[in-house]
Amino acid sequence: MSDSRVTWSKYSSLQALYPLAGRLIPWCAGAAVLFMAAGLYLGFFVAPTDFQQGEAYRIIFVHVPAAWMSMFLYVMMALWAGLGLGLKARPSFMMAQAIAPTGAIFTFLALLTGALWGKPTWGAWWVWDARLTSELILLFLYLGVMLLHASIDDLRRADRASALFALVGVVNVPIIYFSVRWWNTLHQGASVSMTAAPKMAATMLTAMLLMAIGFWLYSMAVILMRLRCVILERNSQPRWNQSAVEPGVKEIRA
Amino acid sequence: MTPRQKRFSLIGLGLVALGIAAALVLNAFQSNLVFFFTPTQVANGEVPKGQSFRIGGMVEAGTLQRENDGLTVHFVMSDTVKRVPVTYKGILPDLFKEGKGAVAQGKLSPEGTFVASEVLAKHDENYMPPEAAEAMAKAKAAGKQSSNTLVVTP
Amino acid sequence: MKWGSLSEFLAMGGYGFYVWVSFGTTALCMVWEVLSLRRRGAMALRIESSEEGINHG
Repeated sequence: MSDSRVTWSKYSSLQALYPLAGRLIPWCAGAAVLFMAAGLYLGFFVAPTDFQQGEAYRIIFVHVPAAWMSMFLYVMMALWAGLGLGLKARPSFMMAQAIAPTGAIFTFLALLTGALWGKPTWGAWWVWDARLTSELILLFLYLGVMLLHASIDDLRRADRASALFALVGVVNVPIIYFSVRWWNTLHQGASVSMTAAPKMAATMLTAMLLMAIGFWLYSMAVILMRLRCVILERNSQPRWNQSAVEPGVKEIRA
Repeated sequence: MTPRQKRFSLIGLGLVALGIAAALVLNAFQSNLVFFFTPTQVANGEVPKGQSFRIGGMVEAGTLQRENDGLTVHFVMSDTVKRVPVTYKGILPDLFKEGKGAVAQGKLSPEGTFVASEVLAKHDENYMPPEAAEAMAKAKAAGKQSSNTLVVTP
Repeated sequence: MKWGSLSEFLAMGGYGFYVWVSFGTTALCMVWEVLSLRRRGAMALRIESSEEGINHG
């Protein structure tokens, strides 16, 4: 296979996607470990104590990256879902299917670490303010997409229905992000934004960004792992084997 | 238009319609999405009468008083425009401090004092080492707002 | 180094419980996700190759 002849349409076919994903996984995983190790070192051993929260603020190093990933992955899932609906492309639907569980896990982690941060600082595990409530809705949206897909036997209908559901739910993402600006909430505003200088000491910010990059690389690795599972599982299904493109197992197992 | 372009524009239009619908719904429920009312809103009578609600603002510096029982506290909640006196019996969160943000749940008494059943601390989005905070506090003129989310300008 | 001793590090200024449960759960979730995906992948490969035996073999 000469690389110069690689075109997008080639990658959209599953026999090319499967080994490509396989080659990318170790790099993403390795880089994820390195970035997270650097972030943890900086976060625990270099970053100073916070002036108002003491050491409790260190939860930010998992909370904010997890929350960012929960929103980013939802947008990514909706994008692949929309692409799948528009192009009627199976690999796009598979990407969306592969992203959902990882997004749900990060949403759960954002909520859990948020509760563990809220208790010592605000004085409450949970409050029904706009930020927390909209993030909880995000978790239900992820679960809804996954359950809808699992509950429909016909794969093509399952893909389309869950893609539509994912697209509808995407309105929740800007609501989560801007909730702290649109309404007064107990949750504080954004420390890092496109429009203003970061409201954090430099080492704290660096540690948080390293962790965020690490979480992003981790997500890439596990999503590609799940994509490979989905490709194989769908390949084993009889109705799928009858389709025009039938990659032999020997070829795809690179 | 090819069928493919048609599908994409349909998806796009659907998303736009959805966005508009969401904006309208959120706008309609604006008042219910607000977690707390500001002292200005309390002074203007924009709060639910005879019902429990939350009030948020700064704990005005120098107003925190403890009664002899060690549990009952009095302080003044302020948004730099209006002030509301608050009474609370219970344990305050670690981060509750004068000059910092707080949110209290409770009812307004006929005399205009807010009787709180729960007090939460609201910290801002600034993170820095204590030394930097001290230096900043010295540099900044007293009473200047340190956060832009604690007080919502209407 | 800002920590005097290991116990000081673990105490996290009195917030040890909250900090370590946060980081611990995150780590557990990640490890679990990777392990369960490995198992799922191995299972899918097994089914695939057994089917190959039936269909093409």
